[in-house]
Amino acid sequence: MGRTLSEKVWDEHVVRSTPGEPDLLFIDLHLIHEVTSPQAFDGLRLAGRQVRRPDLTLATEDHNVPTVDWDKPIADPVSRTQVETLRRNAEEFGVRLHPLGDIEQGIVHVVGPQLGLTQPGMTIVCGDSHTSTHGAFGAIAFGIGTSEVEHVLATQTLMQAKPKTMAVTVNGSLPAGVTAKDLVLTLIAHTGTGGGQGYIVEYRGQAIEELSMEGRMTVCNMSIEWGAKAGLIAPDQTTFDYIEGRPEAPKGADWDAAVAHWKTLVTDDDAVFDEEIVLDASTMTPFVTWGTNPGQGVPLGASVPSPDDFEDPQDKVAAEKALEYMGLEAGTPMRDVKVDTVFVGSCTNGRIEDLRLAAEIIKGRKVDPDTRLLVVPGSVRVRLQAQDEGLDVIFTEAGAEWRGAGCSMCLGMNPDTLEPGERSASTSNRNFEGRQGKGGRTHLVSIPVAAATAVRGTLSSPADLDPVGSN
Amino acid sequence: MDAFTSHTGIGVPLRRSNVDTDQIIPAVYLKRVTRDGFEDGLFSAWRNDPTFVLNNPAYAGGSVLVAGPDFGTGSSREHAVWALQNYGFRVVISPRFADIFRGNSGKAGLLAAQVDEKVVQRLWDLLADQPGTEITVDLESRTVRAGEGVDAIEDSFDIDDYTRWRLLEGLDDIGITLSHADDISSYEATRPSWKPATMHA
Repeated sequence: MGRTLSEKVWDEHVVRSTPGEPDLLFIDLHLIHEVTSPQAFDGLRLAGRQVRRPDLTLATEDHNVPTVDWDKPIADPVSRTQVETLRRNAEEFGVRLHPLGDIEQGIVHVVGPQLGLTQPGMTIVCGDSHTSTHGAFGAIAFGIGTSEVEHVLATQTLMQAKPKTMAVTVNGSLPAGVTAKDLVLTLIAHTGTGGGQGYIVEYRGQAIEELSMEGRMTVCNMSIEWGAKAGLIAPDQTTFDYIEGRPEAPKGADWDAAVAHWKTLVTDDDAVFDEEIVLDASTMTPFVTWGTNPGQGVPLGASVPSPDDFEDPQDKVAAEKALEYMGLEAGTPMRDVKVDTVFVGSCTNGRIEDLRLAAEIIKGRKVDPDTRLLVVPGSVRVRLQAQDEGLDVIFTEAGAEWRGAGCSMCLGMNPDTLEPGERSASTSNRNFEGRQGKGGRTHLVSIPVAAATAVRGTLSSPADLDPVGSN
Repeated sequence: MDAFTSHTGIGVPLRRSNVDTDQIIPAVYLKRVTRDGFEDGLFSAWRNDPTFVLNNPAYAGGSVLVAGPDFGTGSSREHAVWALQNYGFRVVISPRFADIFRGNSGKAGLLAAQVDEKVVQRLWDLLADQPGTEITVDLESRTVRAGEGVDAIEDSFDIDDYTRWRLLEGLDDIGITLSHADDISSYEATRPSWKPATMHA
């Protein structure tokens, strides 16, 4: 019987397999940041261990870093200590680090692909759940905890039980103005936050094949939001074109050998998935969340649901609690929901294509006077490229704040946070209670919805905007 | 890691589903560089509410948390496990755990016991009727026990065999893996030359 893509990649990385035990998997790339690594390095020191493969390890600073005044010392002393701890550890253990101020610094999941380090058929881990992003290249990529970070540092392997396989087949094409973000939010509303639990998911079908690498990364990024171990997409010409010529991409004969292998990384026709979900992209519309988990979403054209709409008693209670926290009345059209802050950025939607799309909608328009628009590039490279293209001018002329690179308001570990009761439309990945700041209320949205919402001040799509110049 | 065989402690009912890692410990509390001191951040937003279960003296000193499905969703932060442990929890019982949280629990020595949803409901009812009731979680026999007489609850819980064995023995994963260092070296010798590296000789 044939094998699925994820089974092929898995099998290629098994160092040791014994009945009754998890497989010992080799890890091709270990990404590190300041929040989940200090205790792991401490563990190494305590046991007198070294980093086995510093040459397969890359560190950057992203969660804590300020997006203004990044050339000055970090103001928050606790954040500063954490960042300085990473710098000391990287130096002591010989790990390559791109610190704040370095041209390659940025969100770890933007930096890896941008450097060409993320390639098909790899195993990639990081102490961050959105490591699933790298699955867009046909890699098995997943988030790990700090104990596992220490394990990878010491051994370059992980013990992992083989997950089940699932196919998410998205047929048809996405309508104009509907993005990868809407696709994945629609999927999560369908499955719930636990629907993917125990599975490595392969996204496939026409709508997935038609996505750019940025779009594929957006979809794979949110695999964790419906509980999947990892999400991946078979590499194709779109993938190869994205990687070719990047600093760490294979060159010359190595490139040819790599591509020849990458082309074998597809699910065999006779392979069987343990589970399959089929969706139709052609019926999808802009999609937004109303609640406090990513599965609590509706089309932008719909209204805030009522707890009575849910049959499952747990879902009913969850809806009641979410509406109370979000300060929303059932039956309110989503388009009437007034937003205070719009956040464009994160490992979900902070790449150059995202900023171009946002700028295209913002161009010639003004941000609503009662609304704040924060644009945070995913990396320094993205920031510089956007500036080369004049996107920063479009944003600032519209009244937006153009910031430095980092995770920023996605999780509010740096000073970019919501005030209690403040409401955001956010292109990030989690609308959990307090995620963007204590008492903050988050609506997850796509780039076009974020940009249009910034202009109108209420949840909107570009179709709701007056033509440019019409006042 | 200390071995875990059986634990008996006061049960704490957390009547919520989808308790995500940002609820367990918000990001602002993740800045410490040690493995301890995270108890202040545990459920920090909810602890401002005087009616929150951890503020109820009847459950003071509780060490077995009984939560709804999809506990620990979201972030990979092991700090969520440490916060629960630092506060005094030894066991979390839920009908379904997020993968990374369950994995982190197994590594750090917090027992994540998966039970049928009906068992959680019965435990919640028992703990509401008789606050302060102790729950015994026996890893050897994979059973959860609580209450007496007609109210008594006894049921099995799920945990994968390997994690159970490691917890029972109190074993360190890295030590086990390093005993297979030769296998790792053999594997490394077979990796194609075009695989990327972050540093170049």
